[in-house]
Amino acid sequence: MRWGLWLALGFLLCFLALPLGTLLLRAFETPQGGFAGIANFRTYATTPALLAAAWNSLWTAALTAVIVVPLAFVFAYALTRSCIPGKPFFRAVMLLPLLAPSLLPALALIYLFGNQGMLRGLLMGGSIYGPAGIVAAQVFYCFPSAALILSVALSTADARLYEAAAALKASRLRIFHTVTLPGARYGLVSAFVVVFTLVVTDFGIPKVIGGQFPVLATDVYKQVVGLQDFNMGAVVGIVLLVPAVLAFVLDRWASRQRAATMSGRAVPLRPAPRAARDGPLLALCLVVIALLLGIVGTAVWGSLIRFWPYNLSLTLDNYDFTRFDAAGWGAVWLSVRIAAVAAVLGTAIVFVVAYVLERGPQQGPLPGIGRFAATVPLAVPGLVLGLAYVLFFNHPANPLGVLYGTLAILVLNSIVHFYTVGHLTAVTAIRQLDPEFESVGASMRVPVWVTFGRVTVPMCLPAILDIAVYMFVNAMTTVSAVIFLYGPDTKPASVAMVHMDEAGQASAAAAMGVVILSITVTAKLAQLALGAVLGRASQAWRR
Amino acid sequence: MTLALPDTAAVTAAAARRGETYLTVDELGKQFGTFVALHRVSLTVQTGEFVTFLGPSGCGKTTLLRGIAGLDPPTTGRILQQGRDITHLPPSERDFGIVFQSYALFPNLTVTANVAYGLRGAAWPKPRVRDRVAELLGIVGLADQRDKYPAQLSGGQQQRVALARALANEPGLLLLDEPLSALDAIVRQHLRQEIRSLQQRLGVTTIMVTHDQEEAMGVSDRIVVMSRGRIEQIGTPADIYDRPASPFVASFIGHSTHFDAVVDSSVGMVLAHGVRIAAQAARPLLYGARVKCFVRPEHVRLHRGDGAPAGALTARVTGMEFLGPVCRVSLEAGRLHLLAAVPPAELAALDIGPGSVVEASLPAERVMVFAEDV
Repeated sequence: MRWGLWLALGFLLCFLALPLGTLLLRAFETPQGGFAGIANFRTYATTPALLAAAWNSLWTAALTAVIVVPLAFVFAYALTRSCIPGKPFFRAVMLLPLLAPSLLPALALIYLFGNQGMLRGLLMGGSIYGPAGIVAAQVFYCFPSAALILSVALSTADARLYEAAAALKASRLRIFHTVTLPGARYGLVSAFVVVFTLVVTDFGIPKVIGGQFPVLATDVYKQVVGLQDFNMGAVVGIVLLVPAVLAFVLDRWASRQRAATMSGRAVPLRPAPRAARDGPLLALCLVVIALLLGIVGTAVWGSLIRFWPYNLSLTLDNYDFTRFDAAGWGAVWLSVRIAAVAAVLGTAIVFVVAYVLERGPQQGPLPGIGRFAATVPLAVPGLVLGLAYVLFFNHPANPLGVLYGTLAILVLNSIVHFYTVGHLTAVTAIRQLDPEFESVGASMRVPVWVTFGRVTVPMCLPAILDIAVYMFVNAMTTVSAVIFLYGPDTKPASVAMVHMDEAGQASAAAAMGVVILSITVTAKLAQLALGAVLGRASQAWRR
Repeated sequence: MTLALPDTAAVTAAAARRGETYLTVDELGKQFGTFVALHRVSLTVQTGEFVTFLGPSGCGKTTLLRGIAGLDPPTTGRILQQGRDITHLPPSERDFGIVFQSYALFPNLTVTANVAYGLRGAAWPKPRVRDRVAELLGIVGLADQRDKYPAQLSGGQQQRVALARALANEPGLLLLDEPLSALDAIVRQHLRQEIRSLQQRLGVTTIMVTHDQEEAMGVSDRIVVMSRGRIEQIGTPADIYDRPASPFVASFIGHSTHFDAVVDSSVGMVLAHGVRIAAQAARPLLYGARVKCFVRPEHVRLHRGDGAPAGALTARVTGMEFLGPVCRVSLEAGRLHLLAAVPPAELAALDIGPGSVVEASLPAERVMVFAEDV
């Protein structure tokens, strides 16, 4: 176990701490490699264009959160506290935006409201390119994350509180804001913070629909890819890191508070039907779902159109990717390979590390450091991590430099980028197991790895499956983490999508997005099927 | 060892070794940060003995058990098992079986697989494992449940599976960590006798941790009463009940009325709240010493005014509780509060109720007296 602990820390050191450290150092270097002090930051602070981008990022993120969180709250409230029909369907469709690259909603919005958009007239002379488009696309993209967090927050209500309030003759409105809202307040904080971070760190949407409107994420890209100014790129990366880290700290605080308010003996609340509440909620859910499906549907339709908007006849030509990009369908298969390897390898690493940290020896500072390191990736935007990888692995003195430009670095980057959510899932599953399993094994002189294989892994299979699919889906859809890392022979589908859009081939980009979406939807459906099989097989011992 | 007759073989072997020291705990200490969980605790356990660690929660009993198992190694001191120093050995190199409070049965394995879990390696070919599991399930009476999963069993059955699993390797020492606390009262009483008779049949040295004194009294050869990381007393159940070594034991074990007093000028008398009471235990103490006295309710006798022995206290009845076999009567003799446990029939003969005045006598040899530390 001690061994495993060192290996775990070694992995997190090589692929997380050292790259981020390199990034930090580069921000304080001159282009020649000398020590620059805070000169780079001073340049940054005195360049109005750069500062404007930071401000743009902040206010679009805040605006998106202000729109998304109340909407997601009502939606989650309908799913958890009402008796509307079709909840499983709403839950499933709600997740759709998570399964596509963030570029996809932006492309769909351009189809509808862009220069050649069908509904352009509705904007009354305004332009979708810029903050309006960014916020609209982000609302779509961030909705499922907020709704997920809020449904969890709302589903852990204690029925006894509601009974007590009703017995004290409180009105519905009073119950809502003295029981329901306080119960969900940390969930609201979490949702707000997560949406804010997602918007600030997202690259795909501002890239596609941002037009001339600069934000932090596109600035990093411009500094590094456009101007080849790695030091200034590092500075912008660090500026991007600041709100993400602050949001992360706030979110950790909120989830700790939330855990403290949940009592183990709560009686679960079972909502009773009430037409005056269920009717409007159902209508709202239908509208939200229609919008989500409409946006995805527009992208699918757009990908099948011969020449938008002049020739609306249907065609599959846009799916013949060789016409737009040398790699053609190769990019898709490459992405699938990366995602599959990241899923298998990443899940194994995440689960074993979580197990060692949870059940291994707890003396000394190492487990604490490991637990902290495992949560750091959540605070690191993909662009920053990607840039850190470039600076670290491309450094001439780095023996790990052989990884640069290979598939391996894309896989490792994906694993680290999406590490934390998997880690938390694994930790939750492991903590539900009896803490004495290993002790029982040891008392019978059974080595710990046997108990791990015979009991821990089978017990945690649903969680393991969850982690694997999460890794797969995110490795398929991510743009920001890999945009700096792909090589000439290793261009993933999501990056190909960005390039097609840059080259003005929006239909092909949409087609690529639809292909990615179908692959991730298939993976998700496979997870459901496999989960059902597992559930049946383990029915006897889960009662 | 022949498998066909394990019981008789084990019993004779154990009988031959009975009375030898099996386990020695020497000055064992354990600290968690600045919190001292165990203060230099020492005790010995004889071969074949059933010893219980009893105390309120947080007294260090589980810490001591986990130290013996090697799950939480002690900070100081030594543990010897059959003369071998095992203080710093990992659990896997020790010889013990353990049943946890939660049982820690593997939910994804059947009863058979759970019991067979530790039976691996060259010494355990498949047929031998099968026979051993069948034998163990027979012993705990679960032969017909062999293919079920733990979740399909009742709490009591799960407990037996955990016991069978802990005994599978024929450990020299069986550790039970609050093994019955997750069960309801009736199953608990039944199972504790079963554990006791199984332990006596197999002759396995056993240490149990519990906070339930009735449980400890019912099954143990000896009880180790613990409080705040220290051993208060080690003795047979009768010892610790009748001759508690400290005020803590006197108040923790059984019911008692407690009052502060000072040793009076005449030999063998104490003065409590202005009331003089005869107490043999006060004889060796100096006049004027402050003492804590304890009297068990069942030792307080009630009499009619005319039939009272010399030295009886006149008391007023302030309350009565009917508990089935006895009535608990609250008394007030001056400023002294007392409890008496009286069989209902006797009470009827006395014909008393709340507010009546009655004579109460405390047998001088039954009053427990402890000098207060100055």
